[in-house]
Amino acid sequence: MTRDTILEVRNLSTTFTRAGRALPAVRDVSFTLGRGEVLGLVGESGSGKSVTLRSILGLSRHYGTVSGEVIWKGRDIAPLSERALRTVRGREIAMIFQEPMSSLNPLLTVGLQLTEVLKAHTALNRTERRKRAIEMLDHVGIPSAAARLDDYPHQFSGGMRQRVMIAIALAARPQLLLADEPTTALDVTIQAQILDLILGLAREYDMGVLLVTHDLGVVAQTCDRVAVMYGGRIVEEAPVTSLLSDPRHPYTMGLMRSVPEGVAPRTPLYSVPGTPPALDALPAGCAFAPRCPSASATCTATDPGLNRLAPGRTVACHHPVHMAKGDAA
Amino acid sequence: MSDVTLPLPESRSRLALALRRPGFLMGAAIIGLSTLLALFPWLFAPYDPNFIDYTAVGQPPSAAHPFGTDMLGRDALSRVIWAYRINMQMAILATIFALLIGVTVGALVGYYRGVADMVFGRFVDAIITFPFLVLVIAVVAVLGPGLINMYIAITLVGWVYYARLMRAEVIGQMGNDYAAAGLVMGYSDRRIIFRHLLPNAITPVIVYWMTDMALAILLGSSLGYLGLGAQPPQSEWGVLIAEGRNFITTAWWLSLMPGIAIVLTGLGFSLLGDAMADLLRPRG
Repeated sequence: MTRDTILEVRNLSTTFTRAGRALPAVRDVSFTLGRGEVLGLVGESGSGKSVTLRSILGLSRHYGTVSGEVIWKGRDIAPLSERALRTVRGREIAMIFQEPMSSLNPLLTVGLQLTEVLKAHTALNRTERRKRAIEMLDHVGIPSAAARLDDYPHQFSGGMRQRVMIAIALAARPQLLLADEPTTALDVTIQAQILDLILGLAREYDMGVLLVTHDLGVVAQTCDRVAVMYGGRIVEEAPVTSLLSDPRHPYTMGLMRSVPEGVAPRTPLYSVPGTPPALDALPAGCAFAPRCPSASATCTATDPGLNRLAPGRTVACHHPVHMAKGDAA
Repeated sequence: MSDVTLPLPESRSRLALALRRPGFLMGAAIIGLSTLLALFPWLFAPYDPNFIDYTAVGQPPSAAHPFGTDMLGRDALSRVIWAYRINMQMAILATIFALLIGVTVGALVGYYRGVADMVFGRFVDAIITFPFLVLVIAVVAVLGPGLINMYIAITLVGWVYYARLMRAEVIGQMGNDYAAAGLVMGYSDRRIIFRHLLPNAITPVIVYWMTDMALAILLGSSLGYLGLGAQPPQSEWGVLIAEGRNFITTAWWLSLMPGIAIVLTGLGFSLLGDAMADLLRPRG
């Protein structure tokens, strides 16, 4: 399945400086995203997945040094000025955040916040904007949308706020949605609803989604392809079905084993031993080597780099796992 | 839909709650009355504050002159009432420009940080090292005494305090995702700062403003007392206290009454500020 590429990230690196020490949060990350494709970015806290997302829209450069290219529809948007980026942000690429409690302005009604996006990015007039705002609220599943337009964010529950956030993000019909752990702060039952909503809207608008999450269950439900991040790098990238049935990187294996699925009750939960490396003390070789069950001397000495295994499958490992099908977990 | 939203208490009930607090009522009553006195002193003052009656010099309080008369036979009550004009004007004019400048500068340096913020930080350090009054007196000394120059002097020093408060609040608010959300929605910096961050960050500034108005009256009358602010024969509490100073042992009421007016008005602003803090606290 080939889709025309809409976003291509090439050699993206983001480095922060704290107290004189360089903290490489994202190191040489490259990936592509097709029109209407859902790509998952998975990893533990501090693996650099959120920073990657924020770097795409030029948010990280306020706090650190960003290098590399972000090619959006054939044009590198990384070096664009803030002013030039404003026509991309919200209009072509939108973003939603993890925390629905704080991502809406508490002092403005949701109607005002919705019409504000439309005012910034469309040519609609006042009445059309209001009409579109009601449509959007209705579309994301807010009951009696017209009546809720003049309500404040605090009058909505967490799940409803995330719906409102999605309505605001998608109001200008962007072609790409960057979703930064959009369901992490929500109840499990609501999580599934919100994911369904995002996917449904993505299909409807033929919109690409870059979904950052630490939850492999979410990935399995939603994504077409997955990139697993560790220590600021992509360590494995694959179509979601092949990744889940046949993981090649030991870290991906570890992540999958720590999802308790099909195990007997009261089995102790598996967790990847050790903790992620501190960003200012990354090992010379593979960042995962200190925690890796199959690490060798080569691993601690040299960085493996991403190797192409098959079309659409890459892994950064000296000793990739080979597993018979059905052997997972 | 599985998640039901219950109606939460509205801001109206919050106002109702504030109205029931005795502190708020008292503060509002004092400031309301002070404002009335300031706007229409002739309705309340029994005499012209500058009418000199040589037949009634230095009289103690009586039915005809409840606060007595000063050494020129002017009615002390009328002078205290007319002084509300200038002293309430001080509360506003000595603070409002400091507030506007401070809020703008504070929001900008808080949002952009960087070199401007560093320069601002050092500047603040330098300003707050000096006692407020000393700096204001220094500026007045340069500009010359008088009300207008006093307002300029207080504004020149006072905005720093507003800016410092605003900067900290804006930085705090930027930790919320709605600030980043505004950025990724493609809004201009101006829009994010003034429409989204500023209204959310302004509450402590408004509360401080209330206190600052009380302080402005205190400062203004101090300068009046020192001869650097309002000038005689204008009725201003500091000037009145200074005029009564030489007779403090024989005619203490001349200085005491304007003193009480200062305390009362200050109290009114403070009580109002407290209530405002509750009223404006952002809803979660």
